[in-house]
Amino acid sequence: MQSSAAPQHEPAEEITIDVRELVKTYSGVNAVNGLSFTVRRGEIVGFLGPNGAGKSTTMRILTGFLPATSGYVSVCGIPVASRPDEVKRHIGYMPENNPLPEDMRVGEYIHYRGRLKEISGRRLRERIEAVIERCDLKRVRHRMIGKLSKGFRQRVGIAEAILGDPDVLIMDEPTIGLDPHQIILIRDLISSLRGRMSVLISSHILPEIEMTCDRVIIINSGRIVASGTPRELRREYVGRMVYRLESNASAERVAAILDGVAPQLNINAAEGPDAEGFTAFIIGTPGAEDLGEEMLRRLNAAADVRVRMLGRERSTLEEVFLAATRRSWDLSMEKSGKGGVAR
Amino acid sequence: MRHLPTIFFHELRVLLLAPSTYIAAVLFLAVMGFVFAGILDSYNQEAQDLSPSFVFFSLFWLPVLFMVPLLTMKCLPEERRAGTLETLLTTPVSTAEVVIGKFAASYTLYVMLWLLTLGFMFILDNYAQDARFLDPGPLIGGYVFIAVSGLLFVSVGVLASSLSRSQAVAGVMAFALLFAIIIGARLVSDLTLLQQEGFTPFRDALENVQVMSHLQDFTRGIIDTRQIIFYLSGTALALIFSILGVEGKVLRS
Repeated sequence: MQSSAAPQHEPAEEITIDVRELVKTYSGVNAVNGLSFTVRRGEIVGFLGPNGAGKSTTMRILTGFLPATSGYVSVCGIPVASRPDEVKRHIGYMPENNPLPEDMRVGEYIHYRGRLKEISGRRLRERIEAVIERCDLKRVRHRMIGKLSKGFRQRVGIAEAILGDPDVLIMDEPTIGLDPHQIILIRDLISSLRGRMSVLISSHILPEIEMTCDRVIIINSGRIVASGTPRELRREYVGRMVYRLESNASAERVAAILDGVAPQLNINAAEGPDAEGFTAFIIGTPGAEDLGEEMLRRLNAAADVRVRMLGRERSTLEEVFLAATRRSWDLSMEKSGKGGVAR
Repeated sequence: MRHLPTIFFHELRVLLLAPSTYIAAVLFLAVMGFVFAGILDSYNQEAQDLSPSFVFFSLFWLPVLFMVPLLTMKCLPEERRAGTLETLLTTPVSTAEVVIGKFAASYTLYVMLWLLTLGFMFILDNYAQDARFLDPGPLIGGYVFIAVSGLLFVSVGVLASSLSRSQAVAGVMAFALLFAIIIGARLVSDLTLLQQEGFTPFRDALENVQVMSHLQDFTRGIIDTRQIIFYLSGTALALIFSILGVEGKVLRS
């Protein structure tokens, strides 16, 4: 609360998670292979990757639970390898599947975890009230954790993770197995942490990541294959724009009007004329620049054409994800191919 | 070690809420009750040389062999199976604190169960009205022995639970280790092979780790520091191996 009143001398630039050349080998197999990234204070970063890409392993190393094979990892400037106990005071962690003891009441569990996190006395009571309020757990406070629904259990996990008001919050698949309503609740909860904590979330539910995260890191086979804001990634990996136009004109007429806006316009009628005579067109442009304004100007200039809507269809992160992971596979195939030739 | 009390009270609470604790307690009290009744019956038939509490404690191994595994077998496999070990070890808690906290809770419960058998003595005292039956010397010596040897037995149980992912395996392993410590040493020292001249030092060493003879010393009022050191160092060793066991399992998880 005080920090918001304090003058803003670039606290956003402070790096809270610093990972350099991280390698983790399990019995000869590289689960994480030369991973490097940083997360700044207040950022929400999504960690994407297919199953077995090394997301959970990286997160476990960040928390100091697993030792790395090589590389450097620090949290809030504290190296994890040499001072794991100090690092653990700065992080809140929710592991995959959110394990909780079945036979404890919600309030008791949060209190116990608070004691383990070295919060005591009045501050602990205040923090417990705060997280119970924030995660909307008042109703189930005295219920057994084993009897709670999955959404509530997940919220207990998040309440526990943010209990110590950590600088870094690490959550492994926080929305797995939840219904859409619960996902929205969790997403809002995570968004409300923006600017206060650095949050690292792994998931393979892509719209999820896209909606909550400032930045996305896509990893595959233990390597980073793409990283940036969802928008940057879309531009780099999808590299084309798709628009939806609803107009009463025929396909030929639309093509004639829009001719010359971009070198290769790809115009397809998607849904045939409806009762009012409007046809929906899907227009693909090859470049990444926005042509919406130009198209709208030309369509308005044509007197005989009525336009009901023109909008950009956003390519989903799914496409980015598929393109990026495919590209990394191609690269690794090429590399191994070349290696074979050299020998 | 500042988290030790937190973990200790949490574990004690978990143990007191677990059904397996009550199964262990009921079995224990039932068996010891039958044993005690049997002893009294034999005293009823003819006069005996030894006081009843002496005979009572000489059968201590019987409940130890099944009660200690029941108490300790779920300590660590349960946490590992549920994944809560991961959340526990990502707080500023060390593995040593977790293991020692669990050990201390199981040990406290073990001693509490044994203290319940004081009820037998109380009933005997109340109804026999004969002070000779309750010789305080062997009684106190016996309970001190239970408290001291219990450290080793419970720590061996914790060690077994740190080595396995399954409760059943941990329980069986604890039973086998306890059997080896309590009865195995005597069986080995009876081997004819060891009667040969060259094995004398080995046999002498083995004489010193006989749990049964320790019990006899304690109930006779002899408190031998060598025996105390045997139990304390054995406990420390078992706990150190348990900590290493947990950390080793985490490394390969």
